[in-house]
Amino acid sequence: MAADPSAVDLLSSGRPSFLGYRRPDGRIGTRNYVLVVPTVICSSVVAERIAAAVPSHGAALPHLAGCGQLGPDMRVTHETLGAYCAHPNVGAVLVVALGCEQVVAQMLAEMAKRHGKPADIVAIQSEGGTIKATEKGIRIASGFAERLAADARERCDVSELVLSLKCGGSDYTSGLASNPTLGRVTDRLVDLGGTAVLGEIAEIMGAEHLLASRATRPSTATELIQIITRVETEARALGLDIRGTQPSPGNIRGGLTTIEEKSLGATHKGGERAPLEDVVGYAAPITRKGLTVMDTPGLDVESVTGMVGGGAQVVVFTTGLGTPTGNPIAPVIKVTGNARTARQMADNIDLDVSGIMDDSETLDAAADRLFEEVLAVASGRQTSAERLGHREFAIHRRNPTI
Amino acid sequence: MKFVLVISDRDNVATALQTLEPGRQLELGSTAVAVREAVPSGHKIALRAIHTGEPVIKYGCPIGLATAEIPAGAHVHTHNLASTRGRGDLGPAAPAAEPRLAEPVDERNGR
Repeated sequence: MAADPSAVDLLSSGRPSFLGYRRPDGRIGTRNYVLVVPTVICSSVVAERIAAAVPSHGAALPHLAGCGQLGPDMRVTHETLGAYCAHPNVGAVLVVALGCEQVVAQMLAEMAKRHGKPADIVAIQSEGGTIKATEKGIRIASGFAERLAADARERCDVSELVLSLKCGGSDYTSGLASNPTLGRVTDRLVDLGGTAVLGEIAEIMGAEHLLASRATRPSTATELIQIITRVETEARALGLDIRGTQPSPGNIRGGLTTIEEKSLGATHKGGERAPLEDVVGYAAPITRKGLTVMDTPGLDVESVTGMVGGGAQVVVFTTGLGTPTGNPIAPVIKVTGNARTARQMADNIDLDVSGIMDDSETLDAAADRLFEEVLAVASGRQTSAERLGHREFAIHRRNPTI
Repeated sequence: MKFVLVISDRDNVATALQTLEPGRQLELGSTAVAVREAVPSGHKIALRAIHTGEPVIKYGCPIGLATAEIPAGAHVHTHNLASTRGRGDLGPAAPAAEPRLAEPVDERNGR
């Protein structure tokens, strides 16, 4: 899947476009994976080995959950794994079960089939152990990969994109350069009829009034305030001060003093005018065009995992201090406004916008470059995280394991 | 390269774009600020005196309250500025803000 067309290609209508995979359910994929999904931690290694044996298309989803979980956490695990099975970046699904776990393998396979994808299950206990299950899984996954190899990308309107907005390892350049650059891309994408999703509720705290004032429905503004209040109330109930983690020690060294300051910089990712259309739960489907806020924690990998689950096909991840993480099925584009990070962590950075800091580049010019990068990556250009094999995946959990 | 960046006219702090040494005179439009102490690159410097309990303003919005008297030209960071949000150690959180618009017609069920 190495297409790298010119990102400035336009549809005959003159609108920006990208080359994607049109799925039977009408959604558009930017990648075409055979997803190998373990139902539970116990089948994660077998799933990883199966995916590794099908390098052209295989992507595993190793995780730590799937059993010993209480009601709400079990539901989130099921929904998140189901969302990945339904995701447009996935062309086929192989579920790897153990046999005695809580997560129901059939439900995951059914979810994939409902979205028009081929799907199958191997269960370690009924196959007779690791070796037999791995062998059978590789045969099935290889068959799926052969089918997917025949799929071709086609030109798709930019409004089909759902872009995940993320920042991590923030420093003072994040709020001044990389986040405002991404914000301009968000505004442009939404103007063109596209969709963007912002997570990390704790990092909206202190800037929620700016987003709430852009809500198109009063209920959406209320929901945003309610989930932010919930996070504050949880800290209060525990008698804790979130300053221990927000801002993080690295943020503080970088010059960020308070969560309000970090949030005001972080919320720039959501643009300046994009209407706030919806507030959704963790990994829940993003169904409205425009800007959506998703209820995710600030922890980078859990947050990206949730937003991709919601349907984002591309992630833009801004960073000041530098961070390597990716996702198993969605490309993650790393952008920094810190010239030192761009040099020191060049392997991990896709776009350097540090020219904004010394006035050698305008925010608009940087946003032009980022918008083109998003379309090129959506069309198949590999990101640094993809080249380096960063496939981090973590399902958010709130309760103890029993 | 500029020494500091003021993001909004309403701000009472600026961001240092390089390390500021004490004694340096910063010309910011009609006002001038003398750097009182070293301010690392990326950190904040007070543009005017900020009294204890007064909000520190950046991006045109409050980012917390001054916990000490901050003279103009001083380094503003965790030693003299504290968050007011997510502070379980301070007792009840502020009440939720009222929705901005009139009562909703919610199109979704059960939400």
